[in-house]
Amino acid sequence: MATQLKETDESGREIIDSVVIRFAGDSGDGMQLTGTQFTQSTALMGNDLSTFPDFPAEIRAPVGTTYGVSAFQINFASHVIKTPGDAPDVLVAMNPAALKVHLKDLVPGGTVIVNLGSFTDRNIEKAGYTSNPLEDGTLEDYRLIEIDISKLTLAAVEGIDVTQKEALRAKNLWTLGLMCWMYNRDRQPTIDWLNQRFGKLPNIAEANIAALNAGHAFGETAELPSEISTYVVPKAKVEPGIYRAVTGVETTCWGLLVGAQKAGLNIFLGSYPITPASPLLHSLSNLKQYGVVTFQAEDEISAVCSAIGASYAGAIGVTSSSGPGVALKSEALGLAVVTELPLVVVNFQRAGPSTGMPTKTEQSDLFQSVFGRNGDTPMPVISASTASDCYECAIEAVRIATKYMTPVMFLNEGFLANAAEPWKLPDTDDIEPFPVEFASETEGFHPYLRDEKTLGRNWAIPGTPGLEHRIGGIEKDYDSGNISYDADNHHKMTKVRAQKVLNVADDIPDQDVASGNTSGKLAVVGWGSTYGAIEQATRRCQEAGLDVSHIHIRYIWPLPKNLGDLLNGFDRILIPEMNNGQLVTLLRSEYLVDAESLAQITGQPFKVADLEQEIRSRVED
Amino acid sequence: MNVQSPPEALKPNDFASDQEVRWCPGCGDYAIVKAVQRSLANMGADPKNTVFVSGIGCAARFPYYMATYGFHTIHGRAPAVASGVKLANPELDVWVIGGDGDMLSIGGNHTLHVLRRNIDVQVLLFNNEIYGLTKGQYSPTSKVGTRSPSTPAGSVDSPVSACVFALGCNARFVGRSVDTNQKVLPGLLQEAKENKGASFVEILQNCIVYNDGVYSSFTDKANVADGQILCKHGEPLVFGKESEKGLRLTPGKMELEVVTIGEDGVTEDDILVHDETNRPLALMLAGMQPPDFPVAMGVIFRDPGQAYDEAVYSQIDEIKENTEAIPVNDLMHKGKTWTVV
Repeated sequence: MATQLKETDESGREIIDSVVIRFAGDSGDGMQLTGTQFTQSTALMGNDLSTFPDFPAEIRAPVGTTYGVSAFQINFASHVIKTPGDAPDVLVAMNPAALKVHLKDLVPGGTVIVNLGSFTDRNIEKAGYTSNPLEDGTLEDYRLIEIDISKLTLAAVEGIDVTQKEALRAKNLWTLGLMCWMYNRDRQPTIDWLNQRFGKLPNIAEANIAALNAGHAFGETAELPSEISTYVVPKAKVEPGIYRAVTGVETTCWGLLVGAQKAGLNIFLGSYPITPASPLLHSLSNLKQYGVVTFQAEDEISAVCSAIGASYAGAIGVTSSSGPGVALKSEALGLAVVTELPLVVVNFQRAGPSTGMPTKTEQSDLFQSVFGRNGDTPMPVISASTASDCYECAIEAVRIATKYMTPVMFLNEGFLANAAEPWKLPDTDDIEPFPVEFASETEGFHPYLRDEKTLGRNWAIPGTPGLEHRIGGIEKDYDSGNISYDADNHHKMTKVRAQKVLNVADDIPDQDVASGNTSGKLAVVGWGSTYGAIEQATRRCQEAGLDVSHIHIRYIWPLPKNLGDLLNGFDRILIPEMNNGQLVTLLRSEYLVDAESLAQITGQPFKVADLEQEIRSRVED
Repeated sequence: MNVQSPPEALKPNDFASDQEVRWCPGCGDYAIVKAVQRSLANMGADPKNTVFVSGIGCAARFPYYMATYGFHTIHGRAPAVASGVKLANPELDVWVIGGDGDMLSIGGNHTLHVLRRNIDVQVLLFNNEIYGLTKGQYSPTSKVGTRSPSTPAGSVDSPVSACVFALGCNARFVGRSVDTNQKVLPGLLQEAKENKGASFVEILQNCIVYNDGVYSSFTDKANVADGQILCKHGEPLVFGKESEKGLRLTPGKMELEVVTIGEDGVTEDDILVHDETNRPLALMLAGMQPPDFPVAMGVIFRDPGQAYDEAVYSQIDEIKENTEAIPVNDLMHKGKTWTVV
């Protein structure tokens, strides 16, 4: 725990300002559910929080194996926090495999709660231990709480009409009950949720609620080791407003909806299921009352092509996927670029190449987004840094796509999609409408007539009398929109398409500094989900008097106009990325700056402490 | 490029764009574009609501020659783009144009799904059994032994029958005609358009440069009567100059045979009557190959069902009726919130 003061509240609970808890168990043990419910209760308690779900790609890997371990980490605090925490203070290990995988991350002296009932010889062996870790000294540096959760859960649901298997499945709720007791969380939201979730199976709801309550009661009555105390984490001081806990998928979904409404268009989503992007398909499929059309296509190519077709017909076409799926879409993205149709591509990045590690996060599709198509095929690329930021980025993507008549790549990340954080609910009225005006004037019409300022072409949709025209992937004549193989015309059109995308830079904010001065010794430059870790690390260094600034780039292409000058104001530039050095290459090539790469390609977010050390080693003389 | 709003009755020529047609002289595609233009005029189609979507290949140049909306997309993907067009605006009359390589090779998957879903579009597959635009390689419909630049010793893989494939995809309208048959083709296209749902029409098209005469055994004037059979719902499946030949089920077997009325005791009553709603029969008819059988033309199969786009929108309408589209602000406030003061 962060505090050493052992300050207590009136009920004797120790007051701490932050804690990191990791729930780990078999992928069938319901750890994600436990974590999500604990998150919901924590949010309602008014703490700031950040979560990190970490699960295997297999839906149900063989029971008891290390590769089947699923984990959920939550960091919550009485102050503003920005990351799910470097190392857990508390590890809840539902089986030996979970202990084996996650113990190494626990802070020295941290608390380990194990489900004794699962520590059978067979499970211990399956986890790869040669002796029982509870007895062989493995845990002597930690505070160990051994509870036979399986047995206690069975006892708790006795008399309820459920099978032994169903009863045992409630052990995650028992565990959640115990943690609610330990950290003074309200159980009611979980009870409400269980009643709603199992409305048609009241016996299952009853068993789960009984287990939840039993876990809580156990904490109150059992004689736990004296050093285990109960805690209270006071409310965080945050900006006044109405909050809710959200994931990046939810905010992306709402942002797209608001964007479409501000443009005055219907959403058409063409999508093919892929981890970790599928939840956006699910979310938008639940918004049909807004006229949203969702189309589960036969493949990634059909997903993007149908969205392009929908845009041609006057909707805002959206397609969502992850890196491998976006790779399949790339030929069609070229078609959208050359036909100059609006399109939003949401890429929930995951670890690559190829199938890579589908459930692990990475930000390695920057090259793919900026460069990854045949021909000179530029498109705007924007990236979200937090779950909250996904909302604004989604709106921006729709705005830029419709104003400039171009596909826009919205780089999201698996980490942002699944991680939860409190969000101060925005007011949609704060966003200026950007209504689309379809072409209707027949006089002098051709499909590639351009707005002088933006260079965006006019958008004439089928159904409009007198504007019948043909577009396609073959090069078009600048002056008539007809097919053209003319050499000079192709040169001109290529330049025009590039300039049109560059013009977006006139329409986005100047690059600001997230924290620190606008010039100095070291700029740490990031993009995407590394925002929280970089910000926290740079702030700690700033508080220690070090000359370091944090710059976080949302607009990856085109880059903000002032970025080159801003970077030139620093002696050194460090670029931490969850890839092998992509933004660093882009910035070096654009600005000829001596930026240095800090690559981490582990499928895991950066740790604040690691970044802090990297910063210190560069600015401390 | 402009076309004025349609006057009362448009003529076939009113559906022709101002673009110079760039197919090889003598190409069967000329006849098809004429048939389509004639068919649209006959139907009183409205150019502003008509969209032609094509993939890549000779056939896919088609939209440029039509004075309607048109989208020349990428290889194989026309059915996918067309699906999005139709779903974004179901009022539009959407036609999908492609060749055998486009729709059965690189884009076979999309052809399968547009038909299976029964999206209300007309899919016209121009089948010339060869790759034209890439200069003569064999295609997925080429007969075994086709000599081409990529198969100098003859192709060894079995071809697919476009109509059998479509029937296997659960298409609810499957028809076939020959490019130059101006008697059958415009009417067939009209029936395809009138069918609600995906309508699949295979147009046997002669490639004069790379596969000239591939169909002459049943399309040459002298061979038509014995080489083709025009399927008409409720009418006996007869062919030949005097309609003296017909199809019947071989007694005791699930297979067709060609018989001659008046020979071997065969009477008109023995001849199979075409039932366009019978899929197994349609599969047998579509699969008939020369020289043993005549090639089936006309509406081989038609069994309408709800179109996908109609189902999608009726679901949306029902949801709209039952679920209020509250302001997004309110939507975001639904669920568990808390207030910080």
